[in-house]
Amino acid sequence: MSRLQVVSGKGGTGKTTVAAALALALATEGKRTLLVEVEGRQGIAQLFETEALPYEERKIAVAPGGGEVYALAIDPELALLDYLQMFYKLGGAGRALKKLGAVDFATTIAPGLRDVLLTGKACEAVRRKDKQGRYAYDCVVMDAPPTGRITRFLNVNDEVAGLAKIGPIHNQAQAVMRVLKSPETSVHLVTLLEEMPVQETVDGIAELRAAKLPVGRVIVNMVRPALLDEAELELGLGGTPRTAIAKTLAAAGLGGARGAAGRLVGPLLEQASEYAERHALEGAQRAVLAGHGLPLHELPLLADGLDLAGLYELAAELRAQGVA
Amino acid sequence: MSLDPARDPLDVDALLDDPKTRIVVCCGSGGVGKTTTAAALGLRAAERGRTVVVLTIDPARRLAQSMGIDSLDNVPRRVKDVQGGGELHAMMLDMKRTFDEIVEAHADKERAEAILSNPFYQSLSAGFAGTQEYMAMEKLGQLRSRDEWDLIVVDTPPSRSALDFLDAPKRLGSFLDGKLIRLLMTPAKMGGRAGMKFLNVGMSMMTGALGKLLGGQLLRDVQTFVAAMDTMFGGFRKRADATYRLLQAPGTAFLVVASPERDALREAAYFVERLAADDMPLAGLVLNRVHGSGAAELSAERALAAAETLDASGAPETLEASGAPETLEASGAPETREASGRAAGSAENLEASGIVDQEGGKVGLRNSSEFEAPDSPEASGSSPSTSSTEDTGSGSGSVSGSTSVEQLTAGLLRLHAERMRLLTRERHTRDRFTALHPEVAVAEVAALPGDVHDLDGLRAIGDRLASTRS
Ligand SMILES: Nc1ncnc2c1ncn2[C@@H]1O[C@H](COP(=O)(O)OP(=O)(O)OP(=O)(O)O)[C@@H](O)[C@H]1O
Ligand SMILES: Nc1ncnc2c1ncn2[C@@H]1O[C@H](COP(=O)(O)OP(=O)(O)OP(=O)(O)O)[C@@H](O)[C@H]1O
Ligand SMILES: [Mg+2]
Ligand SMILES: [Mg+2]
Repeated sequence: MSRLQVVSGKGGTGKTTVAAALALALATEGKRTLLVEVEGRQGIAQLFETEALPYEERKIAVAPGGGEVYALAIDPELALLDYLQMFYKLGGAGRALKKLGAVDFATTIAPGLRDVLLTGKACEAVRRKDKQGRYAYDCVVMDAPPTGRITRFLNVNDEVAGLAKIGPIHNQAQAVMRVLKSPETSVHLVTLLEEMPVQETVDGIAELRAAKLPVGRVIVNMVRPALLDEAELELGLGGTPRTAIAKTLAAAGLGGARGAAGRLVGPLLEQASEYAERHALEGAQRAVLAGHGLPLHELPLLADGLDLAGLYELAAELRAQGVA
Repeated sequence: MSLDPARDPLDVDALLDDPKTRIVVCCGSGGVGKTTTAAALGLRAAERGRTVVVLTIDPARRLAQSMGIDSLDNVPRRVKDVQGGGELHAMMLDMKRTFDEIVEAHADKERAEAILSNPFYQSLSAGFAGTQEYMAMEKLGQLRSRDEWDLIVVDTPPSRSALDFLDAPKRLGSFLDGKLIRLLMTPAKMGGRAGMKFLNVGMSMMTGALGKLLGGQLLRDVQTFVAAMDTMFGGFRKRADATYRLLQAPGTAFLVVASPERDALREAAYFVERLAADDMPLAGLVLNRVHGSGAAELSAERALAAAETLDASGAPETLEASGAPETLEASGAPETREASGRAAGSAENLEASGIVDQEGGKVGLRNSSEFEAPDSPEASGSSPSTSSTEDTGSGSGSVSGSTSVEQLTAGLLRLHAERMRLLTRERHTRDRFTALHPEVAVAEVAALPGDVHDLDGLRAIGDRLASTRS
C-alpha cells in the first residue's frame, strides 16, 4: 500500500469527498492518516463541518475501530516562510519579505515554486518518523489539483529545472521527486460516468504515465442506482403491449386502465427509454475506462446529498472494495 | 411538462433578436453547461439571422469537432451546416497563444523574443491562476474591436466560482503592476533619492534572500523578465479595465447558468448580487439540466406503494441477498434494491444479464461485499456473484421470458418514483433561489438523456432555452 495517496480528477467530480473517505478508510482500526489540502479552498473543513483549518496538523475525525484522521491545509505562503525560517533563520526578514509581497510573488509568478513547497510539505509528512523510528502517519492522502494540472503539479522537478538550476529549492525538488516517482506514491483519478470527465481521466492517465508518475486507481463517483434491469428494459421498450401495462397499473390501484392509469403508460415508457439511453452511455464510458488496465471502483451517488454519515458510508464502501 | 415555470420567464429569442444585444456572456460554476449554452445560443441566433461569433473555452472534444473548431489556431472559423440567413463563427480560446499575441503586439521584436523565451513568462502564461480568465476577456475585447460580427457569445473558463471570471483579470492586472514588480524594476532609477533609502534596504535584503533561496540565476531571470515586460505592465491593467467597462456597457447581457443543485445555485446567487453591485446587466438565469415528468400527477409515494402491491401479487419468489445465481435473472430483486439502501445493489441484476462490465458491477452497498476478498480490486471482479454472467449471455429470450409484466410495471413505477424525488428536490432548490431573487428571469432547459455533441443537440438545447412558457 502506497503511503502517499494522491487524489485528482476533473473539477467537481468529488476529489475532496473521495480523498476524505479514503483517509477515513485507511485510518480504520487504529491507524493514523493525514488528509492534506493544497488548493487553499478549505474544502476539508467544509466537508467535516468544522471551522477553517489553520496551517497546522490537527485531528479532524475518528475512524471506525479507533483510527485517527488528521488534516492539514497547506498554505504556500506560510510554507515558504517556514522553509526560509528552517534554512536561513530569517525571522524578521521573513516578515518583511511577506510585507513586500515577495512571498506572494515567489509563490504566484512561478507556479512551479509553489508546487515544490506544497508537494514538499506532503512528502515531509510521509517521511516523518517519531522518536521510536515509527512513521508519524501510516498514510498521507492528498486532495490534489484537478486532472488538467496534476501532472505539472507532481512533476515539479521538470518545472523547477527550468527555473532554479541550483540552490535549496532545486535540491528540495529533487528530494520530492524521489518520493513521487516511487511506489511509495499512488495517484488516483476520480471521475463520473460522463463523457468529459472520462475523457479527462483518459488524458490524465496518459500524461501521468508519460511523466513516469505512478497511476493508482480510477474511482467512479456518484454512480446512480440501477433501477431497471436489462430484461425489464427489453420488455418495456420492446414488445409489451401498452394495454397490458395499463391494466397492471390499474390493478395496482392507479386508476382505470383506460383512464388515469392508461395515461401514465406513455410517460412511464418515455422515462424508461431515457433511462435506457443514459444507461447505455454510462456503459460505454465504463468500457472506455476499463480499457486502461487500472483497478476501477465505483461509489454510489448519495441521493440526499453528502453529509458526515454519508462520508463514513463511502469510506466503508472503499474498504469493502479493497481500496483501503 | 417540466417544473412549473418560475414567476418571470426569460425570453431568450427576444434577447437574441434584439440588434442592440452585442455581447452575451455565459457564466456559472464548473460543469453546469456554460459551453453548451453558449454554443446553443450562438447557433440559435445565427439561425435566426444574426452574424454571430462564439468564443468557447475548453469545449468537449466531440462538440468542438462537430463545429469544426477542434484545431487550436485561435481564430474564428465559420461553422458549416447552419440553417437560415445568418452566420455562425466559432473558436476555441488558446490561452497561451493569446498571451503571446499580446506580447508580440506590444513589444518590439527583440524584446518580444526575450519575453517569450523567458522561463518565468512561460510559467506565467501557462499556469498562473486567472490567466485563462484574463485571456478570455482579452480575446473578447479583440473580437469586439474587429466589429465583424453583430453578436458575440462568450463562454467562460471552468472554475468553481462564477465570480472568478470577473475577479481574475483584475488580480492578474494588479499583480503584474504591483508593488513588488515595480520594486524589482526600479532600483536603478531610484538610486539617488534619499527618501527611497529604506526601500533600497528592503530591496537588497529581499533580493538577497530570494537569491539565496532560488539560486542567483533564477533571480536574474525574474529581473530580466520584469525589465522586458516593463513597457507592458501598465497595459495589462488598462486592457483589463477597458474590457471590464465593455462588460458594463448597454449591449452586453450576462446569463448565469446553473444546474438545479444547491451549490450551483448558491454560486449563481453570489454572481447575481455581484453583477448588481458592479452595474453589469443581467439578462437572466439559465437553469440547465432540469428534470421533468410527463406523469407528474403520480407522486413518488403512490408510485412506490403501487410497485409494492405489484411485487406482492405478481412476482415469483423474490431473490434475497444470498440468492443462487440461477435465480438472479429470474427476479427483478426489488427487495434487494430496497433493502440495500440508497444506492441499491441491483447491480447484481445487471451483471447477471451480462450488460455491465464486471468491474462496473461493484456499485452500491452490497450485503455480501464485506465477505469478498478485499485484497485486490481485480479479485472482486471475478467473485462468485459475477460468475453467473455466462448463464445468460446473449440469451435475452429466456431473460424476458421470465420477467413478468408485473415486474416490468413495478420497475417503471420505481423509476418514476426516483424521477419524482429528483424533480421535487430540484424544485425546492430552484424555489429557494427565486425567493431570494424574484427579479431574475429564468429559462429552464430540460436535461437531455445523452451528451450534447452536435448541431442537432445544440438546436434541441436552443429550442428548450427559448420555450420556457410565459
Ligand atoms: N458520492 C456522492 N454522492 C452525493 N454527492 C456527492 C458524492 N460525492 C461528492 N458529492 C458532492 O458533489 C460535490 C462536489 O464534490 P467535491 O467537492 O468532493 O468535488 P471536488 O472534485 O473536490 O470539487 P472541486 O473541483 O471544486 O474541488 C459536493 O457538493 C459533494 O458533496
Ligand atoms: N441540458 C443538457 N442535457 C444533457 N446534457 C447536457 C445539458 N447541458 C450540458 N450537458 C452536458 O454536460 C456536460 C458539461 O457541459 P458543458 O461542457 O457545457 O459545461 P461547462 O459549464 O462548460 O463545464 P466547465 O465548467 O467544465 O467548462 C457536457 O457533456 C454536455 O454535453
Ligand atoms: Mg475539492
Ligand atoms: Mg466549459
